[in-house]
Amino acid sequence: MEGTLKNNTSKQLLWIGMIGITMFFAGLTSAVIVRSADRGWESIIMPQWFWYSTFAIVLSSITLMIAKRQVKKGISPTFYIVSSLILGLLFSCFQIMGWGQLVSDGIFLTGEKSHPAGSFLYVITLAHLIHVLGGLISLLVTTIKSAQVKYTKKNYLGIELTSIYWHFLDVLWLYLFVFLLYSLK
Amino acid sequence: MTLFVVSSLLGGLNYIVTILNLRTKGMSMSRLPLTIWAIFITAILGVLSFPVLLSACLLLVFDRTFGTSFYLSDIIIGGEALHHTGGSPILFEHLFWFLGHPEVYIILLPALGIVSEVMSVNSRKPIFGYKAMVLALIAIAFLSFIVWGHHMFITGMDPFLGSVFTFTTLLIAIPSAVKVFNYLATLWKASIRFTPAMLFTIGFVSTFLTGGLTGLILGDSALDINVHDTYFVVGHFHIVMGLSAIYGMFAGVYHWFPKMYGRMMNKKLGYLHFWVTFICAYGVFFPMHFLGLAGLPRRYYTNSNFPMFDELTDINQLITTFAIVGGLIQFIFVFNFFYSIFKGTKATKNPWESNTLEWTTPIERMHGNWPGEIPTVHRWPYDYSKPGAEKDFIPQTEPLKEGEEEH
Repeated sequence: MEGTLKNNTSKQLLWIGMIGITMFFAGLTSAVIVRSADRGWESIIMPQWFWYSTFAIVLSSITLMIAKRQVKKGISPTFYIVSSLILGLLFSCFQIMGWGQLVSDGIFLTGEKSHPAGSFLYVITLAHLIHVLGGLISLLVTTIKSAQVKYTKKNYLGIELTSIYWHFLDVLWLYLFVFLLYSLK
Repeated sequence: MTLFVVSSLLGGLNYIVTILNLRTKGMSMSRLPLTIWAIFITAILGVLSFPVLLSACLLLVFDRTFGTSFYLSDIIIGGEALHHTGGSPILFEHLFWFLGHPEVYIILLPALGIVSEVMSVNSRKPIFGYKAMVLALIAIAFLSFIVWGHHMFITGMDPFLGSVFTFTTLLIAIPSAVKVFNYLATLWKASIRFTPAMLFTIGFVSTFLTGGLTGLILGDSALDINVHDTYFVVGHFHIVMGLSAIYGMFAGVYHWFPKMYGRMMNKKLGYLHFWVTFICAYGVFFPMHFLGLAGLPRRYYTNSNFPMFDELTDINQLITTFAIVGGLIQFIFVFNFFYSIFKGTKATKNPWESNTLEWTTPIERMHGNWPGEIPTVHRWPYDYSKPGAEKDFIPQTEPLKEGEEEH
């Protein structure tokens, strides 16, 4: 399957799409940089849950890497894809629990008690989570197709595309997490 | 807005990947018509800049609907302060203009591409400096990302930063001038066929030049202070980007109409449309420069409340007259367009004797455009009046003759 037209174009489409998504988050994070240089920027302690979610998404990338290796060897990758899916769901839950912790810490998205630093934290994590939703859907589709034995040694484009996008979401989160840790300090 | 950005993104993705992967045999990137190059680079600009607009609008939606304070601060309505504190309106300007400047080139670049193609066909000459044209497109696209600050010179920006943006802005004059010189060199001593499409491309060169000159004044952070937010700005960008893009669009419509509908548009109505549009458009936007220099601010819905602008009223009346006439004449174009779809004279396969691939398709439309195999390309699209050739045009599908050199 290497080098076929469909293979190349799908990957290019995905890569250019990811460049677009990168620009979206570059816009949001540069907004944080511009705003934080101004007066009245408050510091926020990152919720514990965000550390857990970071761990979960890194782990999910690793299981997905193993899945790709399995399918290349001709072994069913379903177990590892499902693991990634579950870890991805776990990531999403941890993010939502992180917001819960933020609220109990007195940091709000809106209203009189909110301030831009907190609002940015909510909006950026929400925007990332929406992109993760797309990744979860494609992991679900890959799981179903893998269970139906649609992927072979020669034809595993679906798994490849899903894992490119999922690793991208992983790296994107690592960037956002480190960036937010630093800029909300 | 989100759907608009997503759809423009998907359209852009399609253009980029199609142009990179699905070219016919022999169609190397250096044999692409300049129209396709322009669309390719426009798509790249869109993919890189629209997501930033999306991020700006996302924050705006949160401010307007959910009560966050990204952009809003210290707003008093009816004597009562809103709860919004700590937002920065300048932040919106930064995010907006980071899209906003590439956006004007998203509008303009396709017109540049169309003009290059139509001009070469109707000059019966190869486009002057093909590679320079492509490089200029790329340079304009690149520079468009580092000049957004020139829309924000008087927002309290650090004067040093202002001078940096002045520098990058004035750099754009170089690739733009390359394009204008190449257009003029293409026209120089050409056997020009004055079709309506050709007239619009010549009109394009005129507006691109006159509008570009005032850009030098606005791009300078010191000179900009005097004319900021006046009619000078309105005159500048409507001529350089509005008129130019619309002329490019009209040129494209008149040129490719026979391909779209198999019939020709009426030439005489086309000439009438061009001349009245051209005169009226300058009549509207040229006097605006003087209004701006006299200090008339833009974005006021009426100027008659301010006695100091009373002397300028007659100029505004003149502008209004030109605008009404220029607007009405567009109905001639609309009539010509729809009348010609049904009643126009039947077009031949290649009415402009053009080299590009679309003119090798049969007149009747069919799935896949060509019956049988898609054609192979053997040469670049600008072999017009090639010395030693029998005809003054050689379509791209024609193989090189023995001993013939590629351009």
